[in-house]
Amino acid sequence: MSYVQLSTFDLVLASLLLLINGAISFGYRLNLEKGIAIAAVRMVLQLALIALLLKVVFATDAFWPTLLFALLMLAATVYEVASHQSRRIAGWMGYALAGGPPFVAGLVTTLFAVVAIIGADPWYAPRFFLPILGMIVGNALAGAGLVLDTLADGASRDRQAIEARLALGQSRFVALQDVMRRAVRAGMLPILSTMSTAGIVAIPGMMTGQILAGADPAEAAKYQVMILFLIAGATGLAVLAAAFGSVMLLTDERHRLRLDRLEASKG
Amino acid sequence: MLASGVQLDVGSRTRAILRAEHIKIEGLSPLSFQVGGGECLALEAPSGAGKTRLLRALADLDPSTGRVFVDGAERSEMPATAWRAMVRYVSAEPAWWTGTARDALPAKKDQQTRAVRIVSALGLTPADLDKDLATLSTGQRHRLALARSLVDDPRVLLLDEPTTGLDPASAALVEELIRYRLLSGSIVILASHDAALRQRLARARLQIGKRPPPQQSAFRAQP
Repeated sequence: MSYVQLSTFDLVLASLLLLINGAISFGYRLNLEKGIAIAAVRMVLQLALIALLLKVVFATDAFWPTLLFALLMLAATVYEVASHQSRRIAGWMGYALAGGPPFVAGLVTTLFAVVAIIGADPWYAPRFFLPILGMIVGNALAGAGLVLDTLADGASRDRQAIEARLALGQSRFVALQDVMRRAVRAGMLPILSTMSTAGIVAIPGMMTGQILAGADPAEAAKYQVMILFLIAGATGLAVLAAAFGSVMLLTDERHRLRLDRLEASKG
Repeated sequence: MLASGVQLDVGSRTRAILRAEHIKIEGLSPLSFQVGGGECLALEAPSGAGKTRLLRALADLDPSTGRVFVDGAERSEMPATAWRAMVRYVSAEPAWWTGTARDALPAKKDQQTRAVRIVSALGLTPADLDKDLATLSTGQRHRLALARSLVDDPRVLLLDEPTTGLDPASAALVEELIRYRLLSGSIVILASHDAALRQRLARARLQIGKRPPPQQSAFRAQP
């Protein structure tokens, strides 16, 4: 088995498929032509930039560039998640809540992976560290984002029931336990369904990549299994931390519901 | 008498006392008043003037400046949960988080017994506690919510429209229950649109939401 390099012409050939999307949008007056074009250009530019940066970081194989790249990755993903939330906690705390738990959980599990499982040398070797961190944090961010959404929506919708419980002298964690449970479930469901359908609906992206790169499918499957375990662990931690953090921020130390801390709905 | 606020004393000889000092509700001048055990203070104000906000502030459900004491203990000195176990706000719009009223009650045996007694006093049957709340009428849910608020015997009751939406017979039962609570020494602060109810239950009234008439001053402000 050998790795087949793609030429620029190959990519142009593949991009022709987007013309179908454009034609559909035009035919049904979906007004998506511009959106499709922008998304496609963004994708190409972003991936090219990432590839370039990764090349530089891999070449140095040093600690600080690796860390810097990890932080840049985090900032971009947090911004992406936070800007898609329907109702978020106002101010920088909203971003901290969206990014903090996934990043910390992702960092811990990635360290666990490169040190204890893979045994990379040095442990921060960017070729292992960065892709694994990226995958884990990306998934944990999605889970935490669901938690934040579900909790903010649930607390707003169940405001009267929550305040009735608070008025009876229940603590904020008791009064919000139903919403919190719902939010944690919502945050965990995607990774559960990913695990239970892995390989059935489609070969997972990373495994596909390894197979295309010429790896033995069994070895590729092992890596995929490891990464899914890591993602599941990190998502669990991030989801729980995001749920606790949300409850803390949506209430105050006097056990009051503080929906005033939510930004107005963007619709 | 404080120039900036309203001072009012009710039944200060009795044991339990609720004292509010300079409670600031947006749009109102700071309120100071005192209610003793066994006494009912009626809030009189036009709709939207801040009756509900005042009751919520007393229960510490909304942030507010000023101080509230019950028997000398200030609300910020104790955990909010302990404060609300003592100072109970009963909303005009009761909400439930369980399928039946019984699921929302504390599991303690004596409180279950009290719940049955209170529910019976309010013209409901103990079986209503186990019915699906969605199948009960608004009035039944309203009375069940009142019962739920009373099972742990809070000393201060902040009642927000306790009889609104009830038929006359049920309203009379609720009124009777409030009267009984007063006899047993509870402090009651009542917000109600029913002037006759306020008249019958409360010996003291607190008028809020009206700006005091401009003061006649011997001195004219210099421009």
